[in-house]
Amino acid sequence: MRAILLIGAIFAIVVAPMAAPWLQFVLTMAIAKGLAALGVAVLLRAGMISIGHAMFFAASAYGVAFLARGGVSDFGLLLVLSVAITGLAGAVVGAFLIRYRAIFFAMLNLAVSMVFYALFAKLYGVTGGTDGMTIPVPTMFGIVLSEPTFKAILFYGSVALMVVVGLAVHRYLDSPLGHALSAVHTNEVRLEYLGVPVWAVLLVAYIVSAVLAGLGGAIAGFAIGRVVPDFAFWTASGHLVLVAVLGGIGGVPGAFIGAFFLELLHTEAAAFTDAWNLIVGAALIGVIMFLPKGLYGLLTRSEVSAK
Amino acid sequence: MNAIIPLVLDTLSSAALIFFAAVGLTLVFNVLRVLNVAHGSFYSIGAYVAASICAFIVSRHLNPYLSFVALLFSAALVAVVLGPLIESTLIRWTYGKSEAVQILITFGLFLILEDLQRMVFGVQSFYEDTPMRLMGSSSIGGVVYLNYQMFLVAMAVIVVFGLRLLIKHSRLGRLVTAVVADREMAQSIGVDTNKIFILAFSLGVFLAALGGALAVPTSGVAPGLGADTMVLAFAVAAIGGLGQIEGAALAALIVALARVLAIYFVPSLDAVAPYAAMLIVLLVRPYGLFGAITTRRI
Repeated sequence: MRAILLIGAIFAIVVAPMAAPWLQFVLTMAIAKGLAALGVAVLLRAGMISIGHAMFFAASAYGVAFLARGGVSDFGLLLVLSVAITGLAGAVVGAFLIRYRAIFFAMLNLAVSMVFYALFAKLYGVTGGTDGMTIPVPTMFGIVLSEPTFKAILFYGSVALMVVVGLAVHRYLDSPLGHALSAVHTNEVRLEYLGVPVWAVLLVAYIVSAVLAGLGGAIAGFAIGRVVPDFAFWTASGHLVLVAVLGGIGGVPGAFIGAFFLELLHTEAAAFTDAWNLIVGAALIGVIMFLPKGLYGLLTRSEVSAK
Repeated sequence: MNAIIPLVLDTLSSAALIFFAAVGLTLVFNVLRVLNVAHGSFYSIGAYVAASICAFIVSRHLNPYLSFVALLFSAALVAVVLGPLIESTLIRWTYGKSEAVQILITFGLFLILEDLQRMVFGVQSFYEDTPMRLMGSSSIGGVVYLNYQMFLVAMAVIVVFGLRLLIKHSRLGRLVTAVVADREMAQSIGVDTNKIFILAFSLGVFLAALGGALAVPTSGVAPGLGADTMVLAFAVAAIGGLGQIEGAALAALIVALARVLAIYFVPSLDAVAPYAAMLIVLLVRPYGLFGAITTRRI
């Protein structure tokens, strides 16, 4: 039942831009943010809240911009390289930060991301300061693409990526390594007594989350055509956590449901109000208080009652 | 020598403002055990209200010295209106919940407050330096500085000692200490913990709003102030050790010194300095300079 719903939803996403072309950009951005929020959700499984993951989102987009400036122009190469760099950055940062828990983990992520933000905003000569850097339309297998063609390819590529990555993360969370993650949340010391290296479990999770945020950042960079330091500001990190929690961290679709819901609502709401943050803030508080499992929880609960 | 005096004065006065941004956050965490992500918004709301009232005083040609009263009054106004309302509705709900929930609820509050400010005060920046001009300037060893800078330092010192007196030597302070030490025990011997929480939270709001109000004459207020102040307050509170008021004062000095040194020697890195300081301190001492190490649960 749930599988049918999800396949139907993906089908709807694929055909929607054919009916309404303006949706293409909105949905591409929703997938980008959904990927990053999924990364945050992976860490939330272990009860670790990061207010700094927008840093990896931004790092990957900057990676694409720098590589493009350095002469790399192939889409696939840009994507793989920048995500790999972000994963590496995640491994380095994670190696330091996974020693900390709760508020200290949250605040250290915040500190690292704000150092990143301030550096990229201030080093005008290298990063273009707050003006950011442009990301040109890449080539694909040596073929020069027009911008609309590239944006269309980017959209369908993102949908495919969302499905593939979503399934992979689902497998990961369902593996012993993924279950160990939830066990860290329940009782970390018990896990250590069982002989499970908690640091390794968390480091893998941290790298996975950085890579997911990096994937999202690269897609967002391509879609917008520009990257600015604000990508990494702490409120952006807060929004990623918000998307994850709004959708529900109980399963992989949650992050994407949250992202699609917010992006579409934002587009609709922009027509008649500019108090967008107010709506989102109130929605966040409402969901946490009344729907602890997020919007995805609604879906899974109805399935249980249907049995 | 002449190069050191302005450095010291700049450090002290900016430390005072940074301290005001952080002390409420750390106080609220100490008593309520809630990390309030919306704290920076109280700072900027205080700034907006103070700027509006000062502008009103100037436009009506009232006695300009009233603007000093306005600074204090606006902070008290923000605390009385927002403190009890927010504590009793949102914050109280999060007691005993996980840190993730507390951070998210207060982040939602932050988003709401940011938009409310934009709707009420608009997007233009306010600048009102009447109090600063009234105080004039003096000079030490040929270095001219604004008296208002020293006024800020004096206010910060008063708050540090005032809070210490309040917590260590008053009945209310002892009740607060009892609640911090053991919430249930305090309840069972008849302490009205809800009242303590409302008071402590409102005091935190007051201190943040006061900081914002005091900052108006020097730097004005513009959209985005709340978000910027929030990370700065985080950095200072974390360096000093969450919940440590004297720690926050020392941390404010460290952050201010790092920032002033950066401005003097590597101007492009001034914005990086506070966060770099936070990162270094937290990596070495994750519980901050004065923080107590808590044992792990089994």
